[in-house]
Amino acid sequence: MSFIVSITNKLRLQAARPVLRDDAGAAACGPSVSKPRQHLWAAFRAVALFSLGVTVLSGQPLRAQESPYIVTYDHYLEEPGNLDVEYFSTFGTQRGGNAFVAPWVEFEYGATAWWTTEFYLDAQKTFNDSALFTGLRWENRFRPFELEHFVNPVIYVEYEQTSGADKILKEVEGHDVESDYADPNSVLRQEHDHELEFKLLLSKSFKGWNVALNPIATKNVSPNNPWEFGYAIGASRPLALRATPSRCNFCRENFITGVEMYGGLGDADSFGLHDTSHYLAPVVAWNLPSDWTLRLSLGFGLNHDSHRLLLRWGVSREFSGFGEMAREWFGGRR
Amino acid sequence: MRKSALSLHRRERARQATVVLMFFVITFAVAAKKDSPAARKNTMVYAPLTNAPGKAVNKRNPLAGDPDAVPAGRKLFEEHCAGCHGHAAEGSKRGPSLRVPEVRRATPGALFWILSNGVVRHGMPDWSKLPEPERWQIVTFIKSLASRRSNPGAPAHNRQTRF
Repeated sequence: MSFIVSITNKLRLQAARPVLRDDAGAAACGPSVSKPRQHLWAAFRAVALFSLGVTVLSGQPLRAQESPYIVTYDHYLEEPGNLDVEYFSTFGTQRGGNAFVAPWVEFEYGATAWWTTEFYLDAQKTFNDSALFTGLRWENRFRPFELEHFVNPVIYVEYEQTSGADKILKEVEGHDVESDYADPNSVLRQEHDHELEFKLLLSKSFKGWNVALNPIATKNVSPNNPWEFGYAIGASRPLALRATPSRCNFCRENFITGVEMYGGLGDADSFGLHDTSHYLAPVVAWNLPSDWTLRLSLGFGLNHDSHRLLLRWGVSREFSGFGEMAREWFGGRR
Repeated sequence: MRKSALSLHRRERARQATVVLMFFVITFAVAAKKDSPAARKNTMVYAPLTNAPGKAVNKRNPLAGDPDAVPAGRKLFEEHCAGCHGHAAEGSKRGPSLRVPEVRRATPGALFWILSNGVVRHGMPDWSKLPEPERWQIVTFIKSLASRRSNPGAPAHNRQTRF
């Protein structure tokens, strides 16, 4: 308990610490938040609030059996016709800069039993700096095989359009290191990334355990950028393998715990572990019978180039039959 | 000059964002407009039950005699399966009925195999993300439907959440 209190106090101090470089950067680049950026941030908040509202008020929810991973993917896709609305946030400490909170919203739709498509909106707020919308992502996952195999592959393709100020750290790749995020937002947002990201999601479930491995390859589509590589691995297990006969919030089967590890592997020009960051994160998911899933991940940096702490949390809700409703909107037959 | 360049850049970014957004909406619309295979009248809908390999068909249900397996299976069915197969397993536009002779005749092993592998081509996802004992609990509940005549699909005896 005292450990948690001490960590919380350290984080508070770090978040409150002003950074001179930040002020200098802001002065050099004009006001820290321009009007269009403010509008985008306001739009992001509106979308996040709207999603939350829809999530709370809509009917036809469904209890999901969500994995606890936040970075790693297993091979399970969204059930066809279901929409999963998810809100996540990453709190990160920053040496040589200000701590930050980077929220993102995900809309995950099961197009078919072998194809899931997902749309992300990213944002961030850096303490003693500005808050801004940082980009969007469109992700697709395809399951090539019909039956379960010893190891199950899923092909992952994502397009990202983000600014250098994006701090959600959904994946770590290449030579991403903590110091990349130390500059003030006014500097970071000048960089624009258009990336294609490919992952091979390998996963296996056995005797209640799930083990997943995701090799990552990313290419910034603007010229003269080499391929970057990364990895994510995870293992998880529910606290109980049998369901109890009655509905309950605190039954052990509702909790899935695990651990994930992720980091960069350099790029095509300099492959390896030098100048890369790596994290180890215990994770837990609580699948509530009231259709909500809560996730928590406490990530610890494993080397000097990593953020010391990445605390992530998320809340999601799955809606069964969303596709049927959408089919009506677009004039499809019921 | 700098201001107009910035404005041009912002417009370019907005245009790119709109293109990505439109791609997503169009993909979603195409996917949504596609008829759900499960919704089609398909006499072959139960054929996958016969595709289970012999070893899987003959697998015995380890929870067959467990008195908690049926109520626990019913709870899991309501949570994960009723959205497509209906609350009383009577079927819906999204999934077939499980109260038909084909399912009644199927061995617990065959049902377990279908549950574990899904029928991906016909829209049923695999449920191997549920631990094996939970899948057997669902199979036990489905098999119990055949042996019960009076309102077998009634909701779980205790719908209230217990803390």
